[in-house]
Amino acid sequence: MAGSRLPKLRRVSQIFFLIVFTALLVFTSLRPSPGGSGDIHLRAPVRLFFEWDPLVAIANALAGHALYRGLLWSLLILLPTMFLGRFFCGWICPMGTLQHFVGNMPSESKRGKQRIESNRYKRWQTLKYVVLIAGLVAAFFGSMAIGWLDPFSLLVRSVGLAILPAFNFAVRAVLTPLEHSHITAIKVTGETLHSILQATVLDFRQTHFAQGLVLGILFIVILAASLKTTRLWCRSICPLGALLGAASRFSILGLHKDLEKCNNCNRCLLNCQGGDDPIGTAPWHKAECLMCMNCVGACPDHSLTFKFFRNEKEVSSPNIGRRKAITGLAAGAAIVPLMRANTGLGKGRHDRLLRPPGSLDESDFLSRCIRCGECMKVCPNNSLHPTLDEAGLAGLWTPTLVPRIGYCEPSCVLCSEVCPTGAIWQISPREKGWVSGAATTQPVRLGTAFYDRGRCLPWAEATECIVCEEWCPVSPKAIYVEEAQVIDSAGITRTLKQPRIDPSRCVGCGACEFACPLQERPAVYVTSIGESRSPSAQILLNRK
Amino acid sequence: MAAETDNKPEANVEQPTALTRRDAMLQLLRVGGAAAGVTAAGVWLSEQSFRPVPAKAEQARRDHRMANDPNLPHLVVVQNGEPRQLVQRALEDLGGIKRFIGRQDVVVIKPNIAWDRTPEQAANTNPEVVAEVVRQCWQAGAKRVIVTDCSCNEPRRCFQRSGIQAAARAEGAEVILPDPEQYREVEMGGVALKTWPVFIPFLEADKIINLPIAKHHGLTGVTLSMKNWYGILGGQRNRLHQQIHQSLADLASFMLPTVTLLDGYRILLRNGPTGGNLEDVAMKKTMVAGTDPVALDAYVAKAWWNLDPEHLPYLAMAAARGLGTVDYDKLPVKFSKLG
Repeated sequence: MAGSRLPKLRRVSQIFFLIVFTALLVFTSLRPSPGGSGDIHLRAPVRLFFEWDPLVAIANALAGHALYRGLLWSLLILLPTMFLGRFFCGWICPMGTLQHFVGNMPSESKRGKQRIESNRYKRWQTLKYVVLIAGLVAAFFGSMAIGWLDPFSLLVRSVGLAILPAFNFAVRAVLTPLEHSHITAIKVTGETLHSILQATVLDFRQTHFAQGLVLGILFIVILAASLKTTRLWCRSICPLGALLGAASRFSILGLHKDLEKCNNCNRCLLNCQGGDDPIGTAPWHKAECLMCMNCVGACPDHSLTFKFFRNEKEVSSPNIGRRKAITGLAAGAAIVPLMRANTGLGKGRHDRLLRPPGSLDESDFLSRCIRCGECMKVCPNNSLHPTLDEAGLAGLWTPTLVPRIGYCEPSCVLCSEVCPTGAIWQISPREKGWVSGAATTQPVRLGTAFYDRGRCLPWAEATECIVCEEWCPVSPKAIYVEEAQVIDSAGITRTLKQPRIDPSRCVGCGACEFACPLQERPAVYVTSIGESRSPSAQILLNRK
Repeated sequence: MAAETDNKPEANVEQPTALTRRDAMLQLLRVGGAAAGVTAAGVWLSEQSFRPVPAKAEQARRDHRMANDPNLPHLVVVQNGEPRQLVQRALEDLGGIKRFIGRQDVVVIKPNIAWDRTPEQAANTNPEVVAEVVRQCWQAGAKRVIVTDCSCNEPRRCFQRSGIQAAARAEGAEVILPDPEQYREVEMGGVALKTWPVFIPFLEADKIINLPIAKHHGLTGVTLSMKNWYGILGGQRNRLHQQIHQSLADLASFMLPTVTLLDGYRILLRNGPTGGNLEDVAMKKTMVAGTDPVALDAYVAKAWWNLDPEHLPYLAMAAARGLGTVDYDKLPVKFSKLG
């Protein structure tokens, strides 16, 4: 009866990895640490799940002809899968676990016979292989669009940019009135709860992200689909599942069906996660099986077990067919030119597309960025947001700096530390070069600031200001002032300081734009011209 | 209910009979009670409708000054020491920490923790200066010692990289990072500054110690002790530059500290108040402390930047409001040199 204990063991594993994943995501943020005044680094290994993701690794290798940083760790998942099958999907993947959980909720559309029928193998489950082929071909041609669908990208983006900020908001909405209560007991309770949550799950500040609502709803829809069909997303779309399914073709572990004992009671189908036909009357679909062990636990006749080196009739390869494979190839080959046809990476670029510090040039960037949102989650100033159209369709949900909301902290490089694929190449604060005594190399520049003299107070309204100059973090400052005589509305001549930009010193951090009192449309703003990653987008012939 | 019975007609449905009188009365009472409740709630709510007005601001000038002692200097200058020695000597010359801090006092220490800079870059108060003041406050018997500031750059980075968080915690201080929920609207009663949100720890202190650092500043030429009060404010304080001198005088007459210790161990000569370049920093190894913030600012501006009070109109404004005197040379000033 060892078999029946396996589903329980699986559940323990799923909960464990879900907790690890959530903890790492929550700790993908700058937290007060006891250290001194040295450089600030993240202490938790927050990239762990991406480094385990063979899909990210293979796509990264196809696009960049090399494996970035920790991606070799993905062999830890890929190699065992080749021997054992898709245990990752059933036992580890937090996206799978969440769908598993929702799929187990009572649902009107999954009762009795419907439920059994919905868990039989379906032709549409092959769609994910088409998605995978298209995604890998697109990666080869320079677009990491597969990141829209990679389960970790999807999860980090949705939970990190929508669900956690919403949770944060809700918790604060409950705690703040408690903390401001006049009754001491309630006040103390509120404050205690706050400090406990602050140390664990709450963010230091309430973040807001562009398109948070869209990302959140998409995620909830994907989970809710499991109420209708268990793990609909895993079965039909997930390209990582497809990759692991294909990798498990020659695996040596498989489902042994003792056909003599089977009396076709269908109980194995009641909780089947993969839709792989564990039932005795149909061949087992190896590539679909998530090794959840529910069938083994459910079989009343003990006719199902997982065995090594079996020799049984099964559908071992992804049952896709030549026509669909060609569809995938064609879709992948077509998607990159189609998406780029309407933007142009040259002069058509959006003026406000400011990439995080360390980002590669745009075409390399798009061939690496998996739109996971780690950089946006970790940014302590909430500066980075997912793009809508700023980077073209091909760049949907890639990061852009929005200085009006948050500028780039001069010595912060956390986004480059968390980026799993090297789209934002890891740099040190010293390499960033915004704050140092004698910089030997050129600083990383995100763009250049410009004044809107029609709105700037000293230029347009005879009013003293230059907050921008105060905030400018480089030394010598990129903003310099000139004393000028202006006449105010009363006809009185006043002397005040008018700011100007020296583009050879400006690094495009956006602190000036952030600090400008004209908040909704700042009188000084950063555009991407002069960003150091683009040799073709420079202003000056020579920049110091 | 009705829909469900329609869908599933059952074989032996009970024949409907009329309600008993008792049940009918009870039903009427229930409905009538609910209707009365709804009406009462509606009337009460409609009487509660007022146009939203901001919570009434409190009017409280924060005067933490101590009486002047004729035997003690109003201003002390200590030179040529390490940060902790400078603090020790300065407080000693001013009459000792016990003159300022009493038993059971809640002390709030206000260093400059505005920027994401290291101590060597001299954009924030020296962490050792802060630590020594914390230590002395405990010695004087304080109940709580709080170190806080409303940073400009990201507070977590500022508090950590300034070294102040670690140094102050090591001495047992509570280090409080600014929290957007913890501000209270205050009627500051100034000429330029009317109602502003102030960070609550500054409002609830028994004693306040101002620990600024001397730096160059693009707009005013120099930022000294009074400019440090920017860091008690929340809200859209980037507007203060429009009337900077008036704002500084308003802040100074709202927040009157127990004592001011100006950190001149390293000072920022250029590209202030942010700096960043070690070439902008000068080792001065000095501390200027006192109970008259006007005299203190006037002295430092003249001594280190050669700026006369005419260049800093806020000094005259503050003096006119009785906050001190610009004629520091007419005050009892004590100079001492260590080492």
